[in-house]
Amino acid sequence: MSIRKNKRKQQNLIKKILLYALLVVVTLFMIGPFLWLLSTALKSGSENIFQYPPKLLPEKPTLQNFVTVMDTFPFWRYLFNSMVVAFLTVILNVLFCSLAAYPLARMNFRGKNTIFILIISTMMIPFQLLMIPVYIISLNLGLQNSYLGMVLPHVTTAFGVFLMRQAFITIPTELDESAVMDGANRFQIWLRVLIPLAKPAIVTLTIFTFVSAWGDFLWPLIIVNDQSMFTLPLGLNMLSGTFTSDWRLISAGAIITMIPILVFFLSLQRYFIGGAMDGSVKG
Amino acid sequence: MRTNKLTPYLFLLPGCAILGAFIFYPMIQAIWMSLTDYNMITDPNYIALENYEKLFQDDLFWKTLKNTFIYVIGVVPALVIIPIFMAVLVNQNLKGIGFFRSAYYIPVVTSLVVAGIAWDWVYKENGLLNYILELVGVLTEPIPWLSSTDTAIFAVMIVTIWKGLGYYMIIYLAGLQSIPHELYEAAQIDGANWWKQMTKITIPMLMPFVLIVTIMSSIAGMKVFEEIYVMTGGGPLHSSETLVFYIYKEAFDRLNMGYASAAGVVLFLLTLVFSLINIKVMGKDKTV
Repeated sequence: MSIRKNKRKQQNLIKKILLYALLVVVTLFMIGPFLWLLSTALKSGSENIFQYPPKLLPEKPTLQNFVTVMDTFPFWRYLFNSMVVAFLTVILNVLFCSLAAYPLARMNFRGKNTIFILIISTMMIPFQLLMIPVYIISLNLGLQNSYLGMVLPHVTTAFGVFLMRQAFITIPTELDESAVMDGANRFQIWLRVLIPLAKPAIVTLTIFTFVSAWGDFLWPLIIVNDQSMFTLPLGLNMLSGTFTSDWRLISAGAIITMIPILVFFLSLQRYFIGGAMDGSVKG
Repeated sequence: MRTNKLTPYLFLLPGCAILGAFIFYPMIQAIWMSLTDYNMITDPNYIALENYEKLFQDDLFWKTLKNTFIYVIGVVPALVIIPIFMAVLVNQNLKGIGFFRSAYYIPVVTSLVVAGIAWDWVYKENGLLNYILELVGVLTEPIPWLSSTDTAIFAVMIVTIWKGLGYYMIIYLAGLQSIPHELYEAAQIDGANWWKQMTKITIPMLMPFVLIVTIMSSIAGMKVFEEIYVMTGGGPLHSSETLVFYIYKEAFDRLNMGYASAAGVVLFLLTLVFSLINIKVMGKDKTV
């Protein structure tokens, strides 16, 4: 009996070791390219970074490349721009989507279905088709090289309206009714009853919108050509064009650019994973 | 509850105004523009279907269309299948599993410019990938991954796959956690091994999620742009140029706005089928 138990235990241990080995191999694939970049960024000027076979670890690790890059790369300016764009996109998105979702979840009115279908149908239209007219419209509105220009086309999404509507639908209507008894109007119900209870959906929408606004490249590339308005991805793209062969500096720039979103992700990862799961189930 | 008739429309106004101004109106404009010779300099003239005729006679357009299909065919199966196994892996009850989940998700949150630079460096002729492949004996001499017409598009595909794995893994993880545990317990009592449980329980129960991932990754694959822009610029010799890259170049490098819009309409029609299925799936979800 105890021999069998021991064997069982041993099997479990082997299984565990194999699982961890597999987990580590996948991890190396997923973050290996970043680690390799980091290692390159830490290599000193005296080391040949193009040598073959490549040296995995820097001989004499130095932060000099980061210092040099910070001198030429207006990191803080780009970071500021990225933050303004991301925050504006998130706030307006949450506001507009949850406002629009309220009547769709709670009221009866003429054209309700048509409006809902029209909103959902916007998901079928690729931005890559729209970017040409949206570019021309934005030029006409004087939005080139402005935060609003980068933000406005993305401040309402069908996904957001859908997500918020789903969240509102699951809140019992009795709560609205008792608020009405207390003399609340529609706007107060939305603000005081529904919004606080829809917090998980708002967190999901916030995170999704933030990451996509932060990483957006195509639209800023089109609408911004003034370097002082560059977001981090645009700035890094230009940096890699400037230092085409100095991979120490390119690597250092890429690593620096990565830090803010990495910090954001690691501090909120609980919501990221949970929210992504919610978001996927709901649509 | 008594409400002013206008109230619902007031709530809808800001969102709908944005969608109208930045999606519906531009949509009509794009279709109209595709029937003109608009080039940002002279006034547009109506030229009927001339842009489309020119498009269908352009070898480069067909090439980018072919590349786009190669891209979708290469990327979608990988993004549908591999994340299932990753989700199963990180669904294990092991110490520190949260760390691995997060690590796999990092490429998802990183901007494509950083990702592109990181992989560009990995792909260098005397870079890490060639070294590893020589070490394990797959290669005898290094390959210039991004500057060879044979490999460039596939090398970029790997980056798209790598960046998407974590995202779809999480979708499957949600699926896995919705599977009742009793199913596995019953299967274990019947003596079903790991593979049997995988093929008889896990994968069938994940089918709705497989559908979602297939559609999402297909649409994303058809619209691929940033990886190409950052890593190869469509080259060498247009070997990695995709439809959206072609549209971008025609519109913003050559200012052929009308012509590029026609190519955009083609893109729209190609993604339409997938989007319609997508919305249908979402509609089904609504009743749950």
